[in-house]
Amino acid sequence: MIQRLQRYFSVDRLGRPLARAVPMLWLTLFFLVPFLIVLKISFSEVLMAMPPYAPMIEWTQERMLAIRLHLANYHFLFTDSLYLESFLYSIKVAAVSTLICLLLGYPMALAISRAEPARRSLLLMLVILPFWTSFLLRIYAWIGLLKDDGLINSALLWLHLISSPIQMANTSFAVYIGIVYSYLPFMILPLYSNLEKHDATLLEAAADLGAAPWKAFVRITLPLSLPGVVAGAMLVFIPAVGEYVIPTLLGSANQLMIGRVLSDEFFENRDWPVASSVAIIILIILMGPIVVFQRYRSRELEAQA
Amino acid sequence: MRRRPTMLLPTILAFGFAFLYVPILSMVVYSFNASRLVTVWDAAHSPTLKWYGQLFQNHQILDAAWLSLKIAVMNATGAVILGTMAGFALARFGKFRGRALLEGLTTAPLVLPEIITGLSMLLLFVAMEQLVGWPAGRGVTTITIAHISFSLSYVAVIVQARLIGFDESLEEAALDLGARPATVFLRITLPLIAPALMSGWLLSFTLSWDDVVISQFVAGPGSSTLPMVIFSKVRLGVSPDVNALATLMVALVAIGVVASALFVQGRERRRAREMRMALGVQ
Repeated sequence: MIQRLQRYFSVDRLGRPLARAVPMLWLTLFFLVPFLIVLKISFSEVLMAMPPYAPMIEWTQERMLAIRLHLANYHFLFTDSLYLESFLYSIKVAAVSTLICLLLGYPMALAISRAEPARRSLLLMLVILPFWTSFLLRIYAWIGLLKDDGLINSALLWLHLISSPIQMANTSFAVYIGIVYSYLPFMILPLYSNLEKHDATLLEAAADLGAAPWKAFVRITLPLSLPGVVAGAMLVFIPAVGEYVIPTLLGSANQLMIGRVLSDEFFENRDWPVASSVAIIILIILMGPIVVFQRYRSRELEAQA
Repeated sequence: MRRRPTMLLPTILAFGFAFLYVPILSMVVYSFNASRLVTVWDAAHSPTLKWYGQLFQNHQILDAAWLSLKIAVMNATGAVILGTMAGFALARFGKFRGRALLEGLTTAPLVLPEIITGLSMLLLFVAMEQLVGWPAGRGVTTITIAHISFSLSYVAVIVQARLIGFDESLEEAALDLGARPATVFLRITLPLIAPALMSGWLLSFTLSWDDVVISQFVAGPGSSTLPMVIFSKVRLGVSPDVNALATLMVALVAIGVVASALFVQGRERRRAREMRMALGVQ
C-alpha cells in the first residue's frame, strides 16, 4: 500500500505535470497578471494616496457593484502634443536605428558566414563578447567619446579638421549611435545563423551561368536571407522603441523618447494611471512586430526539429 | 570559376569590430589616466592606479556590487531551474493544454521593452502587498523575483533549442532497459544538456548583473544594485572611478571567456583522443 502511494507520488509520475505547471504558474503570476493590472490602472483616476490611483471596481453603499472606466488618461495622451511627439520620435529613432543596424550588420554577418570555418567561431565570439560586458558601462563609454571635450572632438581639433567642438553628446545623433552600438549583435546573430545555412553551390551555379556577384547576391542570397532580416529587425526595433537608458544618458532633454516620458510620469509626477496608459499604448504599437517575431521563432524551431 | 575575393566585406567587418571595441578600449586606457578630466591625458602622472584605489574605498559601490552579486546568483539559479522546466515542456511534451500560452509567455520577455516589464512588476507587487500583505515592502526579494521572471525565458529558449536538436534514442534505450524516468533524466538528459544549462546560468547572471531599468522600478530604499548606483553617478557626469570599475569588469569577462575557450578546447581534444583509442587508430 505504502509502496503504491510512493509510486503514485513519485518524481516519475509528477515530473511531467510539474515541469509544465511550475513555469506556467510563475509566468502567469509574474508576467501575465501584471499586464492586466497595468491595463486596469490605465483606466483609473489618479489620487493623492498610496497607491496613487482610484479603485475601478467598488461596492457602493447600496451594495451595488460599481465599475468605473476612466478614459480620461487616454484622451489626455491623444490631446497633449508632448505624448504624440514622443511616440512618433521613438518610432522614428527605432526604425532608423534598425535600418542602420541592418546596413552595418548584414555585411558583417555575410563576411563571417563566408570566412573560413575555423575562423568563424572566433569572429562570432567577437560579436557576442561586448554583450557580456555591462551595457550601462558601454553606453557610458560613449559619453566620454562624444562630449564637447571628448575623445572625438579632441582628435578632430588636434587634426585641425574643425575649429570648435561639434556638439554630439545630448543629441539625436548620440542616441542613434548608442542604440546601433548596443543592438548591433542582436541584428548580426540571427542574420548569421540564416546566412550560414545557405547552399554555396547556388552561388557557384549562378557564377557558372555568368551572373555577376552583385546580381547573384540580389537574386539568391538576399531573398533567402529575408527571414533572418525580419528576425534581426524585430529584435532591434521592439526594444528600441521603449529604450530608456540610452536616450537618458546620450539624448537631449528637449526630445524625449516615450520610455523616458513613462518613467517621468511614474517617478516624477507620480501619475501611475497615465504611466500605465502610456505602457498600454506602447504595447499596442509593438503588438504587430511581436507577433511577427513569435511566428518567425516557432517556424525556426519547427525547421530544426 | 572562382569568385574574385572582394575587400568590401572584410573592410566593413573590420570597421564594425572597431565600432564595437573602441569605446571599451577607451575606457580601459582612461582608467589609468591621472587627470580628473576624463578625456585629458595627464602624461606626467599617468599611468596611475589611483582610481582603482578610490574604487576600493567607495563603500557605496562595494556594497552595491555585493548586493548585485547575491541577486545575480539567486536569479541565475532560479531562472535555470524554471527555464529548464519550461524549455523541456516546450521541446518534449508535444501539444498540451496551455502550450500556446507558455510559448507566448516565454517569448514576450525576450523582446518587450524593459520599462514596461518594470512598471508592470512594480504594480503587481504593490497590488499583492495590499491584497495578501506579501511582499512587505520592496527590496532584494522583489528584484530577484522580477529578474527571474524575465531571465527564465532566455534559459527556456536555450534549453529548448538544445533539446530539439538532439537524439532521443539514448533516453529510449535507458527506458527500455528498465531505468526509471527520473533516473534517465538525471543520468542521461541532464548531463547532455549541461552546456545549455551552463550558458543559460551565465546569461541569466549577466542579465541580472546588468539590469538597471527593472531594478529601478522594483527596488526599495536601501537596495540599490550596482547598475543603479552607476546609473545615478553617470547621470550626474563622467567620473574616472567608473572607468576603473568598467576595466575590472571587462578583465573578468575576458578571463572567463579565455578560460572557457581553453576548457572546451581541452575537452574536445580529449574526446578526439578517446575516439581514436576506441577505434584503435593511433
